[in-house]
Amino acid sequence: MSPPVLEKTFQASDPVLQDTETFEVNLGPQHPSTHGVFRMNVKLEGETIVSLKPVMGYLHRNHEQIAENMSYLGSMPYTDRLDYFNSMSNNFGYALAVERLAKIDVPERAQYVRVIMAELTRLVNHVSVIGFLLNDLGAFFTPVLYAFREREKILDVFEEVAGSRMMCNYLRFGGVKRDLTPAVTERIKKIVRGFPKFLDEFEGLLTRNEILCIRCQKVGVLPYDLAVNAGITGPMARASGVNYDLRKVDRYSIYDRFKFKIPLGKIGDVYDRYLVRILEMRESLKILEQALKEIPAGPVMNPKFAALAKAPRNFKPPKGEAYGRVEAPKGELGFYLVSDGTAQPWRYHVRAPSLINLTVLEDLCLGHKVADAVIILGSIDIVLGELDH
Amino acid sequence: MDPIFVNSKKALLNLFSAFLPDWTVVLVSIFISIGAIMVLGPFTMMYLTWFERKLLGRIQNRIGPNRVGIFGLLQPIADGVKMLTKEDIVPEGADKAVHLLAPIAIVIPSLLVFSVLPFGRNMTAVNLNIGVLFFLAVSATTTLSIFMGAWASRNKFSLLGGMRSVAQLVSYEVPMVLSVVPVILAAGSLSTVDLVESQGGWNGFKWFVFTPWGFTAFITFYLSGVAECNRTPFDIPEGESEIVAGFHTEYSGMKFALWYMAEFMNVFTVSGLTAVLFLGGWQGAPGLPSWAWFFIKTYALVFVMMWFRGTLPRLRVDQLMGLAWKFLLPLTLVNIFVAGLWFFIPDLRWRVGTAVALLGLTFWALMALNRTALPEKRTYEFAE
Amino acid sequence: MLGVLRGMGITLKNFLASYVLPRRPDSLETGGIVTVQYPEERLPEKENFRNFPFLVFDGTVDNIRCVSCDICAKECPPKCIYIVRDTDSEGKPLKRPKVFDIDFTVCMNCGICEEACPFDAIFMDHEFEIGGPERQKSLVYHRDDLLKSTAHFQKIRPTDFAAIEERRKKDAEKKAAAQATVQAAAQPKPQTPPSPQP
Repeated sequence: MSPPVLEKTFQASDPVLQDTETFEVNLGPQHPSTHGVFRMNVKLEGETIVSLKPVMGYLHRNHEQIAENMSYLGSMPYTDRLDYFNSMSNNFGYALAVERLAKIDVPERAQYVRVIMAELTRLVNHVSVIGFLLNDLGAFFTPVLYAFREREKILDVFEEVAGSRMMCNYLRFGGVKRDLTPAVTERIKKIVRGFPKFLDEFEGLLTRNEILCIRCQKVGVLPYDLAVNAGITGPMARASGVNYDLRKVDRYSIYDRFKFKIPLGKIGDVYDRYLVRILEMRESLKILEQALKEIPAGPVMNPKFAALAKAPRNFKPPKGEAYGRVEAPKGELGFYLVSDGTAQPWRYHVRAPSLINLTVLEDLCLGHKVADAVIILGSIDIVLGELDH
Repeated sequence: MDPIFVNSKKALLNLFSAFLPDWTVVLVSIFISIGAIMVLGPFTMMYLTWFERKLLGRIQNRIGPNRVGIFGLLQPIADGVKMLTKEDIVPEGADKAVHLLAPIAIVIPSLLVFSVLPFGRNMTAVNLNIGVLFFLAVSATTTLSIFMGAWASRNKFSLLGGMRSVAQLVSYEVPMVLSVVPVILAAGSLSTVDLVESQGGWNGFKWFVFTPWGFTAFITFYLSGVAECNRTPFDIPEGESEIVAGFHTEYSGMKFALWYMAEFMNVFTVSGLTAVLFLGGWQGAPGLPSWAWFFIKTYALVFVMMWFRGTLPRLRVDQLMGLAWKFLLPLTLVNIFVAGLWFFIPDLRWRVGTAVALLGLTFWALMALNRTALPEKRTYEFAE
Repeated sequence: MLGVLRGMGITLKNFLASYVLPRRPDSLETGGIVTVQYPEERLPEKENFRNFPFLVFDGTVDNIRCVSCDICAKECPPKCIYIVRDTDSEGKPLKRPKVFDIDFTVCMNCGICEEACPFDAIFMDHEFEIGGPERQKSLVYHRDDLLKSTAHFQKIRPTDFAAIEERRKKDAEKKAAAQATVQAAAQPKPQTPPSPQP
């Protein structure tokens, strides 16, 4: 019996044995390690990648158009769904944009609460992304579940203050929705105290693991120039040595009050991206410690705008435009708003770090093996909700 | 306690010989052995899945299966029922005959190798005088079945998995066989029974693993064995994060269960053979029956394999090949030489000294030669 | 080699610890098993937890607080609320909804309806086990499915309940006082909704 596979895979006219062909594989959209519905159209020479085309849009939800037909506050819960791992950072960026647009002051305590939440989010994102990176490397869920143990504590805090674990919808224009109770503050302090111990354990499991090292080192090197030219931001740029952190550069909110450093990698491979994230978590913990120490008492909502939540449709910022950006865990997350004086934004644009960081995927993957493409994608840290917004 | 299984078989045979002609008694004896293996194999597989899930669960701060039966002990049966009732999907354009044959063909060698494992004193189904060779030769045929399945599935992921599997299994076959050689040198026999018996003495603790060459061979054999079973960190043929499920991507239902069955039975038999070759098989302190010692050692090795799975990421294809050809192969070759010297040098101190020195030197030299493939240390700057 | 061994030591430690250390909630601090065997064991519900909305009535089911003003339906970001005002036998509109449907397949639990409601009539529930046998009809909740008493609200969110009740009482007093002055002045004055307080 003739094997049908042979007949169909190769053209009958091809001199199969003399001439080799490239092998085209679709990684995704249903694939265990594309982090959602993302497709990589990969051409292989043996196992080596000769061409890679990312195909996206499977999760396109018309985010910007929806926001343009929505009251300003109405988009707040939608920003949760951009990068569903860090809804607090997304809220932060959007709130910042609207506050710049309408010139709203934020009370002191609310600033601190926002910073605490944003940094907790960073911890959540970085531990999970490292866990998932290890999953892509083939570790059978152990690092992920250790990471989720810590994430669980932080999500519990989010649930307590915001009402929901992931879709927080917590920030409001001019403050935050609900004050931190002393019990919650105590709990956050406990988390911050316990986190270094977990990080040490996590690093013990991973950082010096030879298999992880040889898999990650010199794989997917992103040179400094390419990182700058392609507009890469976040830990990915910092792993390539680009000293660009909006918390330092833009000094939004009250980040200029805290003492922290920016870890920078030298080579820019997957291993650097991994370790920069670990070091960043340690820096975040420093910010959290300082913020928890200094947090003042007071209102968490600008009283002038407290009524806003009651009638979002009556909130009409003056004509103008504003760009609010934050250092989200994945990179620079920007919201660009143009107001025409009505209750709905005339233009609403999201600068999604996942999308822009992904643009270099092909450059990073060429010449590597299929297995490397998967971990390079994992180290870029994309979330499809944000990528296809 | 020790001869309980042997005696029960004898009793059964006596029962049959009362009313059966002599020549049929031999057949009955064979069938009893086969029956025991046919029960043990699938049963081992079923409970290894349970064991693995429990163990991984505990490693990951979970409980693991706990719904079906007490401690989830009936979970494998529930899984089996589920597998049996699932739809059997054959992809369009697949080679149906080969697609069907592959999972069957992989289970047969996995069951066959049970026959030469000495489960206890006088508890070997077939005492072949080339037992080890038989084991290695038969288990090597799994390569063929895996490639059959991969090719017949008509799926690119399967094909990639099959290619990887062939490359990997063929490569690791070499250090695996070579690391058995010192043991055979020491025992002077290829029969598994003789191998175990030659490790008797010292109250049952004169195992080969306690010699320098035995230890080296143990490590290399066990690592190659892990690779032969396609287990983490060498599970690239079915690396789920890269090529979905590798060669068994397109299998469902009972065929899929058969792949799993073969994998888990391989885990058991490779651990069993490692125990036989290096850990003295059923030899041990006299307190416990011999078969208990065998199972304790085997399950300890199985535990380590699953522990690997709970801890380690997997290697890449080229690194995997590098490990086999650039590290394990030279090491095992030197190890054979060391084992040869061991029997020539009469004085114990000189023996151990030479062996350790030679092996250490080789290890160091191989590390130095493979320097480029080893991890480097990184430093990080902190910007204000 | 050492890194691998150290990692294996850590996993072994976790493996052994899972047999020794306590279960939730202590395990979050100490390590050990962190999972919860869901239907039998449940984590304590957080007071501020929000899931799908419900409508509040005072005392009896007839006393719905909702006046069907349609604000929540307008503010709802995914537009999952549908309201029809009730009428009496003569066709005069009444201050209560005849139809109040929430499509839970569309609702995204954002809680904006709760914040926007000027009459404290709609709140977010803790109920999350709302699975149904099919996906169209069983997840559209009608007025009678959504009605829950103030006692329920008090049970799930005592702090919020106390604050809201206090405010309502004050508002009622203010209203009564205002009405008294109105009656004294004998001239009509537009009624203001209770001032919002987040």
